[in-house]
Amino acid sequence: MTPGRDSGNQLRIVIIGNGIAGITAARQIRKMSDHAITVISSESKYFFSRTALMYVYMGHMRQKDIEPYEPWFWDKNKINLIHDHVVQILFDKKRLILASGQEVSYDKLIIACGSDSNTLNIPGIDASGVNALYSLQDLQSINSMSPNIKRAVIIGGGLIGIELAEMFCSRKIPVTFLIRESAFWNIVLPKEEAEMINHHIREHHIDLKLNSELIEIKKNMEGHVNGVITIDGEEIACDFAGLTIGVHPNIDWLKDSPLEINEGILVDTYLRTNLDDVYAIGDCAELRQPSPGRKPIEAIWYTGRMMGEAVGSSICGKLSAYQPGIFYNSAKFFDIEYQVYGDIQTQLPPNQKTVFWQSQDQKKSIRINYATDGNVLGFNLMGVRFRQEVCEKWITQKYSIEEVLQSLELAEFDPEFSEHYSSSVREQYQLLTGQTIHSKMIHTYNQVHQFLNSPKTLAS
Amino acid sequence: MNQTVQKSISLTPHHFPDLTLGQKISVVIGITGLMIGIIASTSTEARTVANLAISLSFISIGVIAYSWLSYKKESDGIKNNLVWFKSLTSRGLWAWITALVITGFYILLYFFPGALGLNKINNTGLVGLFDPLSVWIKHKPATQWFVYGVLYTMAILLFGIKFLWKYRHNQYQRLRTLSVMFFQLCFAFTIPELLERLNQPSMDLKNMWPLNYYFFFDWNLDKLIQGGTLGIFLLGWGILMIFIISPILTYFYGKRWYCSWVCGCGGLAETAGDPFRHLSDKTLKAWKVERWLVHSVLVLIVIVTLLVLYTYFTGNSQVLFLNSFTLREWYGFFIGSIFSGVIGVGFYPLMGSRVWCRFGCPMAAILGIQQKFFSRFRITTNGGQCISCGNCSTYCEMGIDVRHYAQRGQNIVRASCVGCGICAAVCPRGVLKLENGSVDIHQRTSDLKVLKLDQKGVHFD
Repeated sequence: MTPGRDSGNQLRIVIIGNGIAGITAARQIRKMSDHAITVISSESKYFFSRTALMYVYMGHMRQKDIEPYEPWFWDKNKINLIHDHVVQILFDKKRLILASGQEVSYDKLIIACGSDSNTLNIPGIDASGVNALYSLQDLQSINSMSPNIKRAVIIGGGLIGIELAEMFCSRKIPVTFLIRESAFWNIVLPKEEAEMINHHIREHHIDLKLNSELIEIKKNMEGHVNGVITIDGEEIACDFAGLTIGVHPNIDWLKDSPLEINEGILVDTYLRTNLDDVYAIGDCAELRQPSPGRKPIEAIWYTGRMMGEAVGSSICGKLSAYQPGIFYNSAKFFDIEYQVYGDIQTQLPPNQKTVFWQSQDQKKSIRINYATDGNVLGFNLMGVRFRQEVCEKWITQKYSIEEVLQSLELAEFDPEFSEHYSSSVREQYQLLTGQTIHSKMIHTYNQVHQFLNSPKTLAS
Repeated sequence: MNQTVQKSISLTPHHFPDLTLGQKISVVIGITGLMIGIIASTSTEARTVANLAISLSFISIGVIAYSWLSYKKESDGIKNNLVWFKSLTSRGLWAWITALVITGFYILLYFFPGALGLNKINNTGLVGLFDPLSVWIKHKPATQWFVYGVLYTMAILLFGIKFLWKYRHNQYQRLRTLSVMFFQLCFAFTIPELLERLNQPSMDLKNMWPLNYYFFFDWNLDKLIQGGTLGIFLLGWGILMIFIISPILTYFYGKRWYCSWVCGCGGLAETAGDPFRHLSDKTLKAWKVERWLVHSVLVLIVIVTLLVLYTYFTGNSQVLFLNSFTLREWYGFFIGSIFSGVIGVGFYPLMGSRVWCRFGCPMAAILGIQQKFFSRFRITTNGGQCISCGNCSTYCEMGIDVRHYAQRGQNIVRASCVGCGICAAVCPRGVLKLENGSVDIHQRTSDLKVLKLDQKGVHFD
């Protein structure tokens, strides 16, 4: 018997962090058991969708609208929420100490404390008006500063940077966007797609400066930012500097603990740390052995959710490895939606080929990457929606590019009556290879259903 | 987690861009048109064709100019910025004023048409102002219903144009809106008015029982039966719609073929009501109330109709303690007038645009039952792409918690869904798609697709 165990085999499970990873774990455990579940967060009482914070600022939704569950949900499912900050973990005593002085004991501990924003080591970084965007508190602080922002400078061309730019646009606050690279997010997006987004950012009257870096932040007498200096020596007057140069696991507070930590908390494929009964999931976890082609830390909504499911099952006695499967992700850059399935590299490796179609107005594109021996490897979509399960099946079951192109309509997921682009992609393939491919099907829900439920041979 | 515990403060905007000068001018033009109409109504001399024309033109120009200035210059995409910060669309002062004005208008319209100027001979007031138009169209003086019909049709057309610009990037939205505009202009307004001009029995060909609750009332049946060939045709058409056309279309496309493509109530909700769609209540409690209420109204209208038919064929109006005449009067008063009109439209700025459709419409209830159990329609969720952001639920005018299904990777089959497609449009991750398919029709109410976890890891069925 583990010491401290409650009557029967009911365990006390404590989860630090109420983001998507922690909450998914809590729900999974509740689905499978009667264990006592406690979730502790200092950020907010209730779970909210972090990716939707921008929409609260933009007035699309209220804070309560981005909370996926109504307040009664937690009581009904006997998930105990504590709105407090964990200051210390006594691993040997299996006990947590909270900022309020309260102590909480656990039998199993899940650390899902998320990320922290990266910062720069440059003069003036401590000025007021320099803010990252990650937490609810960040959003509130940006909101309270907004009335006095005549120009905002955003540093860092990633997902959060462009979100912040869109947020300021909604309130008609002029934005200068400094990006270190030669195109937006080109560490992830292939060149053509990155160029599309450059173009789209400028369409929204944003002063986009590429190949630009920040070297100094200037502040006024009150210590508030009043300008930034770039690597080219240019000085840009502004009242706000948004630092969106990525995130790292939020582990500073665990540095002196017996937990093995590299960049994140090291975990095995069952998401176990080096300590018994302590797990780490989501953004703060670093996999010792990630699956081939995957990174040890992936600060993504979907991976956090999958880790939560896996750890929840494992704790409830159904040992489940974290196996994320085919990579996927999505985002929205102003008005252009982005979806990716499978392996899409920024630079095409020598053993891969690509077929790429782009609309005239540069608002839509479809890219399919495939191995030189023919198997499809990945899909990159801008402004076009594809069906995840179909793409996944094509990739996992090694469909050839020609088989895929013949039935590309199966993947179409745009609203009814939308234009179809499958034949345009086939034309691109023809230009590339000289091969003419004819469509084999008209797309209907029934055909998709049939395809997904049939073995490969029948479909091809 | 360096921050200490902070209480979550609701995000109030300290400032946001006001209307542009052009938009302000458009609003002034529109309101001027409205005022000209009201002032012109007050005196016999001022009730001229010219004043009516000026009034309606100003209103039209105001709405169209406002829409053009709002959307035309913007890049194609979702236009929900600042919705929850504007007084009119966040139950602020302007929302309450608008609600009071519309509610007041409906009360006059239904219960005090005399106050709008309806007289046995020589109309005055607002009704009098519309007399020339009515005489021109159908050789008869106006009634309050003619005035209402003109304004209602104008609202759908003008705000339909606004919607077409707002959603110009989405072909489904455009076609659907053109459809409701067409059905309102032709089927609800022009055809019935022209039939009246020809002294024929008139009917809105798309207005089906039980939404059209008086279809089986004695006076309507008599009117149709005595209306010659056309009358008999209309009677047959009405019955055909109820028992054949509607079930077939609902089987293939879900109730959307009616509720968001054809229906007049839906037409107004989707156009003039669009800025208020996010105000619908998404709580589980509201869903419970909805199911009780809407199905009660359905039961009620079935009872009323059966009793009225019983009276029609037997001449006997009393069945046990129920009197068919009293009952149908009550239904007309409480459901037909107060619920569908006063509350249904008057409460747009407070409870969203589909209060009637969701909580009261017996037609929606019937179509909903069929949609849930015997239709090919569903909203498909795209794998595991949902980020639980809540845009779909927030902008669902029927108050469906779409996210609840989407984040589980489950297809959405809900009786109340009118298939407007806005959830799919506002989704920032391309997760939702309205689709029709027959393969899984027998298991459509069970959990079709839920995230599964087993030895292979996390995956979908």
